Amino acid sequence: MTFEYAPAPESRDIAALKPSYRMFLDGEFVEGTGEPLKTLNPATEEVLTEVSTASIADVDKAVKAAHRAYDRVWSRMPGSERAKYLFRIARMIQERSRELAVLETLDNGKPIKESRDVDVPLAAAHFFHHAGWADKLAYAGYGPDPRPLGVAAQVIPWNFPLLMAAWKIAPALACGNTVVLKPAETTPLTALVLAEICQQADLPPGVVNILPGAGEIGAELVAHPEVHKVAFTGSTEVGKQIQETVAGTAKKLTLELGGKAANIVFDDAALDQAVEGIVNGIFFNQGHVCCAGSRLLVQESIAEELLERLQARIGTLRVGDPMDKNTDVGAINSAAQLARIRELTEIGDAEGAVRWTSSCPLPDKGYFFAPTVFSEVQQAMRIAQEEIFGPVLSVLTFRTPEEAIKKANNTPYGLSAGVWSEKGSRILWATQQLRAGVVWANTFNRFDPVSPFGGYQESGFGREGGRAGLEAYLNV
Amino acid sequence: MSYGRPRVLPVGHFQDVVRDESSLRRFLHALPGVDQVGLEQRAAGLATRSIKKASKMWAIDTAISMIDLTTLEGSDTPGKVRTLAAKARRPDPGYPDVPAVAAVCVYPDMVETAVTQLSGTGIGVASVATAFPSGRSIREVKLADTRFAVEQGASEVDMVIDRGAFLSGRYWQVFEEIQAVKQACGDAHLKVILETGELAGYDAVRRASWLALLAGGDFIKTSTGKVSPAATLPVTQLMLQAVRDWHAATGEHRGVKPAGGIRTTKDAIKYLVTVHEVAGPDWLTPKLFRFGASSLLNDLLMQRRTQLEGHYSGQDYVTVD
Amino acid sequence: MSDERLAVAKTYKLYIGGKFPRSESGRSYPVVDHRGAFLANASQASRKDAREAVAAARKAFPGWSAATAYNRGQVLYRVAEMLEGRRDQFIHEVMDAEGVAQRRAQLLVDTAIDRWVWYAGWTDKLATVLGGANPVAGPYFNFSVPEPTGVVAVLAPQVSSLLGLVSVIAPVIAGGNTCVVVAGQNRPLPSVTLSEVLATSDLPGGVLNVLTGRTAELAPWLAAHAEVNALDLCGAPESLRRDLEVTAAGTVKRVLRAPVAEPEWTITPDIRRLRALLELKTVWHPVGT
Repeated sequence: MTFEYAPAPESRDIAALKPSYRMFLDGEFVEGTGEPLKTLNPATEEVLTEVSTASIADVDKAVKAAHRAYDRVWSRMPGSERAKYLFRIARMIQERSRELAVLETLDNGKPIKESRDVDVPLAAAHFFHHAGWADKLAYAGYGPDPRPLGVAAQVIPWNFPLLMAAWKIAPALACGNTVVLKPAETTPLTALVLAEICQQADLPPGVVNILPGAGEIGAELVAHPEVHKVAFTGSTEVGKQIQETVAGTAKKLTLELGGKAANIVFDDAALDQAVEGIVNGIFFNQGHVCCAGSRLLVQESIAEELLERLQARIGTLRVGDPMDKNTDVGAINSAAQLARIRELTEIGDAEGAVRWTSSCPLPDKGYFFAPTVFSEVQQAMRIAQEEIFGPVLSVLTFRTPEEAIKKANNTPYGLSAGVWSEKGSRILWATQQLRAGVVWANTFNRFDPVSPFGGYQESGFGREGGRAGLEAYLNV
Repeated sequence: MSYGRPRVLPVGHFQDVVRDESSLRRFLHALPGVDQVGLEQRAAGLATRSIKKASKMWAIDTAISMIDLTTLEGSDTPGKVRTLAAKARRPDPGYPDVPAVAAVCVYPDMVETAVTQLSGTGIGVASVATAFPSGRSIREVKLADTRFAVEQGASEVDMVIDRGAFLSGRYWQVFEEIQAVKQACGDAHLKVILETGELAGYDAVRRASWLALLAGGDFIKTSTGKVSPAATLPVTQLMLQAVRDWHAATGEHRGVKPAGGIRTTKDAIKYLVTVHEVAGPDWLTPKLFRFGASSLLNDLLMQRRTQLEGHYSGQDYVTVD
Repeated sequence: MSDERLAVAKTYKLYIGGKFPRSESGRSYPVVDHRGAFLANASQASRKDAREAVAAARKAFPGWSAATAYNRGQVLYRVAEMLEGRRDQFIHEVMDAEGVAQRRAQLLVDTAIDRWVWYAGWTDKLATVLGGANPVAGPYFNFSVPEPTGVVAVLAPQVSSLLGLVSVIAPVIAGGNTCVVVAGQNRPLPSVTLSEVLATSDLPGGVLNVLTGRTAELAPWLAAHAEVNALDLCGAPESLRRDLEVTAAGTVKRVLRAPVAEPEWTITPDIRRLRALLELKTVWHPVGT
């Protein structure tokens, strides 16, 4: 007797996929003068559509358009009016949520249940939250009349394409800035639908400009002399380059970079929920999460039991067609990323860590990587130090709380951390000791527009979300 | 009077656990805590599994075969029980291939009627006992209640634990009582009703589950159906974790029975998904998982017809009881 | 023979880890007053001294950052008390260093003392003002608290030898950071005297480390040092600012850019400097029974 879930695929038609997409500049969809790119469905390796990209000249046009919109319209508009545009965008995202979710899954490879239940609702929530700030900035603690900065250049990654666009655009607009945003090369589509929503919402031309393109377009954008604000989410490597580019200018910079989060499980933890949290921490979005709980630190006294439970639980994860509502782990976003994950896991083997791989079947086509756990990982191994950005968990053990914290903090990163214990004082102690911008205690990978997000050390600086997140877009 | 085979005490290190009152208490209080939010989130996640086509037919038939078709009313009569038994044997007269339910569940004085109606069908007769539903009586009465049901032919006994004793920390008393009832059951299977809606939170449900397993319950059951909330997905998940962990520790399979409040096919399927993913496929059998329900059966039958006939069925196409 | 007794001249040294060493390099450089007259020799710190100072600041960080806000406030207030006691000495040193008239020097010293008091009062208000509970949409308690960034390297203002210095270092340590400051290159003497005040004001050794010497020589080492978490370019030579910022990017340091011109330090500041050197930590915990 077996219980096989029949595939329950979401219909691709809902994405209303068009044969080609164009960039959004000064309120119009126009043909970019860069080399067009083809965006793939990573779950099938099929071309989804063609997207025109920006050239260096287009970057200049977009920045100038954003400048005009800033000078003539957006910076002069009362906050209460800006607010209404943002509320409208929030509502339209909700109205088109199913379309956006399906499109996101097609373009990104993440499971539909995540795009449907996490990415899209949170994107709408971000606009809704920030809309309310637009006419209340005087109460945000930055003085009686905080002013916007001007044109914001924003470069976002491929792991949460729509959500990251919302994280960037909503606070920028609420504070009175205008935006030129470059989505990631492999995932430009939902940002362009968001542009369509901006158009439908009658947002004044030039307030939001979306320029698809490769890395050099991002580099060009952040270097543009008429940009006043740079916001980047992505790898620490590129973040450093951007910080160098911005050096010596007056541009305000915020960076949200990589991480190698420790997830610490004490022996008094609620084990079954800890297992859930560990699974969510590393396999959510295929582990393509900068704040993923990629280093599991388990107290030695429960390590064996926890690992057994964890493997049993991971064994129930369904890997495969991201469009299937029953899929838990979808496709790796690109061939390049898959190659990197393979490379780092091979290094893990070579370093002597013990690899365990879920026996779940993988599709024949597409970029997939089975959930993997390395045990007997030592702090000195590369898989304990480097961000793998995939469904790969490294398990280390500790004996005392002090040792746990020491190992957890032993990284140049500092984006997030997790801690599991049923003892209140220990939880509070650990959250104090951990050098990370977000600490999830007895939970993991939770996000909310009111909750500031951002890192310590080489995970970047500045916060996104909540009152603290406004600072990045105000001249304060 | 025969008390049946005495159950061999739990194997391995659990012998130490049940040595005396303080060892039992220490064990129960040392069980890992339960995080409410995490537990409920997992339940909600499991509830989003989408089941279609062949899997759905299979799930419906499996759910039917797991039902303890129940009537536990003051107004129960032999006539009502006979009707129920007929429904249990052949749930949908239009479709003879519908499986029979697992058992009918009645009060002790109705057992005889049920046994007569169901003899030779393989359908069990479950009787509630032990001063059901409150459990507020003396031990002798509870044991007499149990013996009577078994003598009448009940193949399964659904007892209630003494929640008052449990909540005031008298675990040993609860433990001994379950053991005594187990003895009184003889060969009948014992389901231990925790009445989770009266226990204070999930940590208590976990303790009560282990207490019942240690004392020899064949099944742990959520509720009497007389207290709200009755069965919920998170509570059932928690109890499934207990039998899973019990199996891991002892190699023994014990069962789980959510009862009360499960009325729709959609609900039933969520429970089956939970069984499948939390305890494992081994538990997808009436031997190890039951639904305590009455109206659920008709919804399953209607959905079954919908699957077969390709259009939505109606209440008048399935029998009222 | 003169009836004036020969004064005992002070040897101006570095302040590292609560001690007053000479530069390990053995170097010193002459410091002159605004008219060019010789005042004293100051230690000319080397990159190794900078490294020692960073090590001392790193070592002091766990203790200082974990000290209660009340305690930090009292320590900062104690600095003001000690400074007040040597007010006249500082007025003379500022007059010598900056060439300002006595009344201006009095204002600068008095404001410097008051600035310590201002920041002393901030220590236990930062978490309330910058942090708080965030009403997330779910069964979680979520709160944000500011925490110190870590070790902060400060290039002190080149013009304002005492008030400017105090205005950039007090916010660093008020927030719980530890600090390595390179004093204004040509006006370092008040900073050394300030070190003597710090050494006697309950400030744990290593929380504040003062280097004198060539800003351009020391700054690149501090900008590159991986143990330094933030860099204040306030007194950086204009020609070096961009390069220092580029270097700082190598370890994603928080950089406080230099003002176009030195500000009027006597104006009461806002909390930007405090905020810039604090990290916001957000904690989630489920709410359930």
